[in-house]
Amino acid sequence: MKRIVSVAAMWLALVTLPFWLPLIGGYTALGSKVLIYAIATMGLNIVLGFTGGLSFGQAAYFGLGAYGAGMTLKYLAPSTPLAIVIGTLVGGLAATLLGPLVMRRRGIYFAMITIAIGQLFYFVMVRWNEVTGGEDGLAGFGRQDIHLGSFTIPLNGTNFYYLVLICFTIAVAVMWTILQSPLGHTFVAIRENRRRMEFLGVRVERYVWAAFAVAGFITAFAGTLNAMLFNFASPQDLHWILSGNFVIMIVLGGMRSFFGPLIGVIIFVVAQDYLSSVTANWMTFIGMIFVLIVLLFPKGVLGIFNRRAEAI
Amino acid sequence: MELLLFNAFNGLIQGVFYALMALGLALILSLNSVINMAHGGFLVIGAYLAYTLTPYLGFWGALVAGPVLAGAIGLIVERILIRPIYQRTDPIYSLLLTFGLALIIEDMTRTIWGPQGLPQEVPDIINAPVSEVYFFITGYRLFVMAITASAAIGLYLLLRYTLLGIRIRAGIRDLETTSALGVNIYRLRALNFGFGCIFAGLAGVLASGVLGLTPPMGNSLLMPSFVAIIIGGVGSLFGAVLGGLIIGLAAGITTTYYPAASEAVIYLMMLIVLVVRPRGLFGEEGLFE
Repeated sequence: MKRIVSVAAMWLALVTLPFWLPLIGGYTALGSKVLIYAIATMGLNIVLGFTGGLSFGQAAYFGLGAYGAGMTLKYLAPSTPLAIVIGTLVGGLAATLLGPLVMRRRGIYFAMITIAIGQLFYFVMVRWNEVTGGEDGLAGFGRQDIHLGSFTIPLNGTNFYYLVLICFTIAVAVMWTILQSPLGHTFVAIRENRRRMEFLGVRVERYVWAAFAVAGFITAFAGTLNAMLFNFASPQDLHWILSGNFVIMIVLGGMRSFFGPLIGVIIFVVAQDYLSSVTANWMTFIGMIFVLIVLLFPKGVLGIFNRRAEAI
Repeated sequence: MELLLFNAFNGLIQGVFYALMALGLALILSLNSVINMAHGGFLVIGAYLAYTLTPYLGFWGALVAGPVLAGAIGLIVERILIRPIYQRTDPIYSLLLTFGLALIIEDMTRTIWGPQGLPQEVPDIINAPVSEVYFFITGYRLFVMAITASAAIGLYLLLRYTLLGIRIRAGIRDLETTSALGVNIYRLRALNFGFGCIFAGLAGVLASGVLGLTPPMGNSLLMPSFVAIIIGGVGSLFGAVLGGLIIGLAAGITTTYYPAASEAVIYLMMLIVLVVRPRGLFGEEGLFE
């Protein structure tokens, strides 16, 4: 019951966001960015928090989604839904194809391989100048208004926010369904005791692969929206720095909780936005946030509240 | 043909820096169970401190002082930040901690020394080309190779024949038993982390003579060193060195024929190794699997 109330409150806040965010000094695009990163990190959390696979190169699939969407709009057809679908497929299929290379690894090694694989796509995008725009990023495309029969929805800032909110809702529903299904329970069981699952005859590697693929599709989905938010895809979207940021957002919010990453994203994105507007050394402050979270709040913000709840 | 040789040699020099980085990373990875994302940071610290000290100590003094100071700072960082999280079994925390450190060090370097590249002066005696035809083979580059080789051999001798080295190897095999036999594993791990940072610092000083100094230089050398370890095999120091040289050479050769792919090729090589021989060239089977 408590859960339903808090989820309903969250949705109410998100639906009314374009009205109240400017009042407290924010802007709607910041809200869109938060939701997009929330989709990406909640997707990543399926493999990171729920299956226990330390994927540290998730930005690759985010960026592939972004470039996939951007290139679709620029070269293929001016259609927003088509860009989302193609971008999601590009990033998701890349993760699915690479899954077998990482699924057998564990812990640190899993992290190293996922980071390094991510860099492959980074360099492809940076060096494939003629098509991707190289280091300057892919520009020269724009999100297109959505046509429903004779009805046209113009995608201005606010409407685009609502499109992102709809996508967020769909992604949350999909992830919630997966995590409540036997598949999702298997993921958690693998995280808790991988060896035991092996002895029980579960093909653990296939499930890790599945988690990695699902995470890839959802992160790529978020990436397509990110490209259309800025009408721009940057090589930084695939860089390992962004991968690290995704992971710290998850840890900040709480790895073991479904909506935890959303909390982490809100804190991190707002902090980053604020810091980069007041100091040139914002990178140092972000780095300090990393260090302080690890040393002082390893269970994240929700972890603090839960501990308090348990104490009471 | 000459172009190929030129690029291959350039690649090999680059590979030497990858190998030095990978050696330190692999050392820390094996005993401290930490992927040191800040390893590029220690490289930058070593390089910039050596640059700053060169007017006072001369090139040769700075060549020693840079790596030693990087090692000393590594010891401090290990003591204050990394030691408290050894007992956390999830490797995510050490990853994130060192990741944060990497951001801080790069940004601080930019603030202290400025975002522009700086040149590291190399003494004329060793900087002259060795032959007229092969102008790219300068004495300095051969010097870099010689120093790297002696550092690697020095590390091998240390690990093979000294008590400290034997303890480090024992700790890599089985930390708990080593501790039970009366070895202070905290000190052991601290020293080991320091050694790793010395190698990063050395890579930094040597690289600055070839590539110059820029704040992001360390972080851009970090990822290829990861690849060097994966190709060479996790758990094998020799593999890390060989992996570094191989990918450097491969990148150099690719530059001749298809420059745009010179970075991507090392990651492709990694994928091929992972498919054909998942544990890497010299890795132990089953480690981290």
